[in-house]
Amino acid sequence: MLNGTEDEEKWLAEGIAGIQHNAFYMHRALDSNNLREALKYSAQMLSELRTSKLSPRKYYELYMRAFDELKRLELFFKDDSKHGVSVVDLYELVQHAGNILPRLYLLCTVGSIYIKSKEAPAKEVLKDLVEMCRGVQHPIRGLFLRSYLAQISRDKLPDIGSEYEGDADTVMDAVDFVLQNFTEMNKLWVRMQHQGPGRVREKREKERSELQDLVGKNLHVLSQIEGVDLEMYKETVLPRVLEQVVNCKDDLAQYYLMDCIIQVFPDEYHLQTLETLLGACPQLQPTVDVKTVLSRLMDRLSNYATSSADVLPEFLQVEAFSKLSNAIGKVIEAQVDMPAVGAITLYVSLLTFTLRVHPDRLDHVDQVLGACVKKLSNIPKLEDSRAMKQVVALLSAPLEKYNDIVTALTLSNYPRVMDHLDIGTNKLMAMVIIQSIMKNNSCISTADKVEVLFELIKGLIKDTDGADVDELDEEDFKEEQNSVARLIHMLYNDEPEEMLKIICIVRKHTMVGGPKRLPFTVSSLVFSALRLLRQLQGQEGDIVGEEASMTPNKIFQLLTQIIESLSAVPSPELALRLYLQCAEAANGCDIEHVAYEFFTQAFVLYEEEIADSKAQVTAIHLIIGTLQRMNVFGVENRDTLTHKATGYSARLLKKADQCRAVYACSHLFWVDDQDGIKDGERVLLCLKRALRIANAAQQMANVARGSGGPVSLFVEILNKYIYFFEKGNKQITSSAIQGLIEFINTEMQSDSTNPDSVADAFLASTLRYIQFQKQKGGVVGNRPNIIFFLFFFSNLNKVYNCTLNL
Amino acid sequence: MVLVLAIGDLHIPHRAPDLPPKFKSMLVPGKIQHIICTGNLCIKEVHDYFKTLCPDLHITRGEYDEDSRYPENKTLTIGQFKLGTIGQFKLGICHGHQVIPWGDLDSLAMVQRQLDVDILVTGHTHQFKAYKHEGGVVINPGSATGAYSSFTYDVNPSFVLMDIDGLRVVVYVYELIDGEVKVDKIDFKKTATAPSAH
Repeated sequence: MLNGTEDEEKWLAEGIAGIQHNAFYMHRALDSNNLREALKYSAQMLSELRTSKLSPRKYYELYMRAFDELKRLELFFKDDSKHGVSVVDLYELVQHAGNILPRLYLLCTVGSIYIKSKEAPAKEVLKDLVEMCRGVQHPIRGLFLRSYLAQISRDKLPDIGSEYEGDADTVMDAVDFVLQNFTEMNKLWVRMQHQGPGRVREKREKERSELQDLVGKNLHVLSQIEGVDLEMYKETVLPRVLEQVVNCKDDLAQYYLMDCIIQVFPDEYHLQTLETLLGACPQLQPTVDVKTVLSRLMDRLSNYATSSADVLPEFLQVEAFSKLSNAIGKVIEAQVDMPAVGAITLYVSLLTFTLRVHPDRLDHVDQVLGACVKKLSNIPKLEDSRAMKQVVALLSAPLEKYNDIVTALTLSNYPRVMDHLDIGTNKLMAMVIIQSIMKNNSCISTADKVEVLFELIKGLIKDTDGADVDELDEEDFKEEQNSVARLIHMLYNDEPEEMLKIICIVRKHTMVGGPKRLPFTVSSLVFSALRLLRQLQGQEGDIVGEEASMTPNKIFQLLTQIIESLSAVPSPELALRLYLQCAEAANGCDIEHVAYEFFTQAFVLYEEEIADSKAQVTAIHLIIGTLQRMNVFGVENRDTLTHKATGYSARLLKKADQCRAVYACSHLFWVDDQDGIKDGERVLLCLKRALRIANAAQQMANVARGSGGPVSLFVEILNKYIYFFEKGNKQITSSAIQGLIEFINTEMQSDSTNPDSVADAFLASTLRYIQFQKQKGGVVGNRPNIIFFLFFFSNLNKVYNCTLNL
Repeated sequence: MVLVLAIGDLHIPHRAPDLPPKFKSMLVPGKIQHIICTGNLCIKEVHDYFKTLCPDLHITRGEYDEDSRYPENKTLTIGQFKLGTIGQFKLGICHGHQVIPWGDLDSLAMVQRQLDVDILVTGHTHQFKAYKHEGGVVINPGSATGAYSSFTYDVNPSFVLMDIDGLRVVVYVYELIDGEVKVDKIDFKKTATAPSAH
């Protein structure tokens, strides 16, 4: 409203001009010690403050001008040698001013000097002034007038140890004065709300906020009075202030003043008057943001508690927690329309308070959670996202404080709060919990705690009613499930019995996850169980009677069941890998039939489920590699499995893959251990078969593309010949090796149109190797002596040699 | 001076939850020029983490890796040709589950000859190894998380940092033993080899 502002500027300018004009004459009067004139012009000057046209901010500007002038006037008044009138008479004289407002300003000014002169007890003058000011009932004018009174009286209060204290004057009088001024000012301030037409309510509230500090100043003054000790605060000050706060029934005032009380008075006072202070809260208007008030109170008290350890017993003695808890309950009860987010925010503040002041009192923490559960139960469906955020804050606070999920798991109300979250937020919270565990490297070591934990994160583990798994973003889903998979490794106990229980609980929960989740969780569970197996093996010697209930066989049964669940996905490649891991574990436990069974399962999957040729190549190599390491098999079983492996190797799709798999199989017939199989003939058979396949590959390539195929296959096979020759396989002769070398050279030369540099380099380095071995002399049967090589190389500091058999 | 991190077989999340915190605090971005990863990370998160340490990341496929597009083996060259001397190191990477028998020195030496590299970095056994043979050096950085392995019951988390300078490589191995990081160091020097076939 431009017009309005413009007008205001104009009126302000006029007012200031008026003040300056009269001030000029007033100064002249002061200079010539003319009291009469001084009074006349000062009164005229002060009349400018009688305006009702200005907003508080503009009025303030005007007021400050007048204030400055009044200071000079006061100086003049003080020096009665200048005007010759006693202060008592002066006090009388100024009351003759025509209008009440100037009169009262002058009276206050003189009153200040009157008190200073000590010609009358301070309390009487103060009482007189505070009563007289009643004459101005206009809110803005009255507030500024009383503010002036407060200002000039500040240093003249009959406080303990002040010069104004006497027989008649006590601190009580000072307190009375300030309280009365405060009360009247608050009344004026509240009255502003009801002035004028309703539609400018917002404007009015803004104007009122501009004036709030004038009212609040009184409380500040009270807090500064030395004589206001705890006793006085408790008996007099607080009750009377609160009385005014409650009775004024104005939400703006109530909010501001409650906050003011909390900020201005010391924390020890608050602690000792907690009941009174909190008692006022339910009596406040429903529109007052009492939760912020309480939060700030709790914040201050928390800070106070953590400031020094001596303070803590006080908290316990006044039963701070239960008082706060009850107060919050009452407020929530009283304000039926308070939205959920308000109530939950209150609980968050209370929880923060508890965690800072009484972190060891888990029962308090649980109590707060319980109160929240009660509140949430009364709400049919919580949909407010801000409220959800607050609940997440509520649940995260104990995690952050205790850094140890196990503590949070003991809070019985924790899962109940989680149950009230909507699905999305529930999962969010579950992730927060998991992240907390990972960050703190926490280990959860008992079965019952694991059970509680998995109840908490059930939103991640399985489909809950109403949730649509397809809707979920794939990346997010993966992240969730990988988190669960990682979590499984944080569940551990040294005791095999307990560990088995843990694994069974995890299994119970994850098995119902559905085909989308199983591929993520099954692996972690399997390796957890394999680790348990090793634990068990480590304890083999100590098993007594009862504990024989847990045997490796039992664990293998469990493993089989777990891996079998992957067929529902289906996930044959993963299942194959896991079966092979189990086979190796069975080998380590020396249980032949179990190892055989696992190999059977792996082969079945290979035959029936793995059709992709690339996957087949990897799978067959894994089978061969695992089988090569098995020492638990008897001749028959080993033969059957080896035969299968070689058979499948030869039937891979691409010739090159066939060749490589078949020569890999050659190692199945030669194990370098003491008791290992060393069947030189069958090794050679394999290698020859590989050669035939490589040949066929060559010819096929010639026919299909008119050029040679992969010569490197031959070089690879050559390397294998050399390998077994050096191991002492009598079936492989040096002439055979020589022949092979010549054959390869022929092949390479005949294919000179298409040189294969990779194969050339490979052949070259192979030949170099042979040369090197020959130079060492007597290659037959010797393993290359590594230490011998060292002398060829300089600057060798240390050799990590414990892995080599020297 | 070129720093190359050789690391692998983390098996996150199947066998281990995360890298040990002590390792994580040592591996900071900006210090390493190349990362060589033998495989079995296994998830994208680990890949992304390595990418933050160093953008020049070379990974080969392990049998449990989620991303099947990683190559079976890879070579890279470090250093430059200098007149008169060959001041280059050729590194080869291969996870190792393809090389049977697993962990066998001589079979790995064959792969080294096949790839024609000076240093072969390989994994799969979760056991740190560094040995020199006639054709070069084979390094196995072990498992960075100490993941379960059918090869050994005692897996300590480990990784390797190579400092390549001209013809010399210093191999630092970091192992987490009983909660403490222990460092060991091995020197290798490359002799000027005969010029290759081309």
